[in-house]
Amino acid sequence: MAQDIYQLIARAQADYVRCIDDGDLAQWPDFFTDACVYRVTTADNYKRGLTGSMIYAASRGMLIDRIASLRGANIYERHSYRHLLGQPSVISANEREARSETSFMVARIMRDGSTSLFATGRYCDVYAVEESGVRLRERIVVCDSSCIDTLLALPL
Amino acid sequence: MNIIPIMPARRASITWPSEGLTRVPYALFQDEGVYADEQDAIFRGPNWSYLCLEAEVPNQGDFRSTFVGDAPVVVTRDTDGEIYAFENRCAHRGAMVCLEDQGNARDFSCVYHAWTYSLQGDLVGVAFKDGIDGKGGMKPDFCTGDHGLRKLRVATLHGLVFGSFSDDVPPLDEYLGEEIVERIARVLENRKPVVLGRFTQMLPNNWKLYFENVKDSYHASILHLFFTTFQLNRLSQRGGIIVDPSGGHHVSYSAVDHAAEAAEQRKATSDYADQKIRSESEHRLEDTSVLAGVDEFGDGVTLQILSVFPGFVLQQIQNAIAVRQILPRGTQQTELNWTYLGFEDDTPELREMRLRQSNLVGPAGYVSMEDGCVGGFVQRGIEGAGDGRSVIEMGGDSAESSASRVTEASIRGFWKAYRNAMGY
Repeated sequence: MAQDIYQLIARAQADYVRCIDDGDLAQWPDFFTDACVYRVTTADNYKRGLTGSMIYAASRGMLIDRIASLRGANIYERHSYRHLLGQPSVISANEREARSETSFMVARIMRDGSTSLFATGRYCDVYAVEESGVRLRERIVVCDSSCIDTLLALPL
Repeated sequence: MNIIPIMPARRASITWPSEGLTRVPYALFQDEGVYADEQDAIFRGPNWSYLCLEAEVPNQGDFRSTFVGDAPVVVTRDTDGEIYAFENRCAHRGAMVCLEDQGNARDFSCVYHAWTYSLQGDLVGVAFKDGIDGKGGMKPDFCTGDHGLRKLRVATLHGLVFGSFSDDVPPLDEYLGEEIVERIARVLENRKPVVLGRFTQMLPNNWKLYFENVKDSYHASILHLFFTTFQLNRLSQRGGIIVDPSGGHHVSYSAVDHAAEAAEQRKATSDYADQKIRSESEHRLEDTSVLAGVDEFGDGVTLQILSVFPGFVLQQIQNAIAVRQILPRGTQQTELNWTYLGFEDDTPELREMRLRQSNLVGPAGYVSMEDGCVGGFVQRGIEGAGDGRSVIEMGGDSAESSASRVTEASIRGFWKAYRNAMGY
């Protein structure tokens, strides 16, 4: 079981970052269950138990809205991300649910070609285990730094 | 002894355009000399800078480090229960004496040579002051009382802590004026704020470009398309702007008539059904809970943005309350510190509303992320502009309060206060 869940999570996360970096962002919400939580915060807030977030989605609908807003409403300079993920660390798992943490580094590539290390941190995840694989019930993106350069548009 | 204050000589020479407040030289956003002069005249001058919340230093010995302009500053609460602030720079050789963002301490001891300071910033101990075995030690006439940390004047208002390096700064409530004090009281009086989160956004532009943006009620519906895209525009909004007599502080507010809004929403609901037939492509929010709020202040005002010269913002967007501290970081960079607030007596439902509405603001905010990049567009745009100037004529050429928000009056107000402070 442990081996399987590790592979399921690793596969889901590889697809997740491919979706954001190279794929169709509209499919990003599909990595989450209908009832889900997605938050982006900082290690300092997380450590102190502060629940305020840069992004807080409390349903899959709110994830869909986030992408719709990024595509249709918000104005920002064109850029893309390149995610590099560490190996998932599976903290607990049973037939229905698994908890894991995975470190990430994200480079941001701007329109003019300038590339910088935009964020590092970890995903603190709760995965729902389903027949077809795993989907995120909760993802808290904990950025190591408290500082965001310019703005946070695309999801981490 | 009479002390004659010596005004530091200005480094930059700026001739203000003859048009007055409607023209602003781009050099002000680029010139290193201007930046250095601002540190003297504005941040170390007779102005109040926001330091922190009282709620962030609730107990004796609590401290928080922050900045006033470029200068590192520590805010403490001493055993007498009072709040103090001093420069975070050892009087000996200049090292920072506090290396943490926040915490609790009995005193501050410099790691370099263990000069030790009280919570009020007074020097209370010097390592090897009398030498060892009668040898070495400080000069015999060394007086610890003469070598405290440089202290700031501190004033609090409804839980906000401000500090000033100047002895000439007027009392805080006088500095702010009645209207601004009232509008701060509206949000914070008799309330116990709770920090919900802190975020820092590094902006690729001069600090004044962000402050202009905060005061710019003209751009809101043009740059920030979230509300219009999702057809959440409320044309019945009433509001206005207040510019204080100095020009440096402002309030922009708008309100929704709740009865009218409810009627409108009912109409919108039926329109929605119609429109679904007409067009499938209309943007609609899947989950409108991001906007769900309550009339917390009982006055129907759903947006109040308040700024205090030279670098403080109090924001109320529905129930999303935050303070923002604007810190200059060189001519081309600004540190924007967001502190999201709730209150101790929040119901769980109201707290959840605040957290969801926080999606509107901050570095990833639906109606604020653009403000993170637009200053950079200006900063890059004005490269090579020579003696170019901006044009700030919306709403006329005055810097006065107005019932219309389609005006740049509060931006002109900022430049009025800025010119006054800088002697331009």
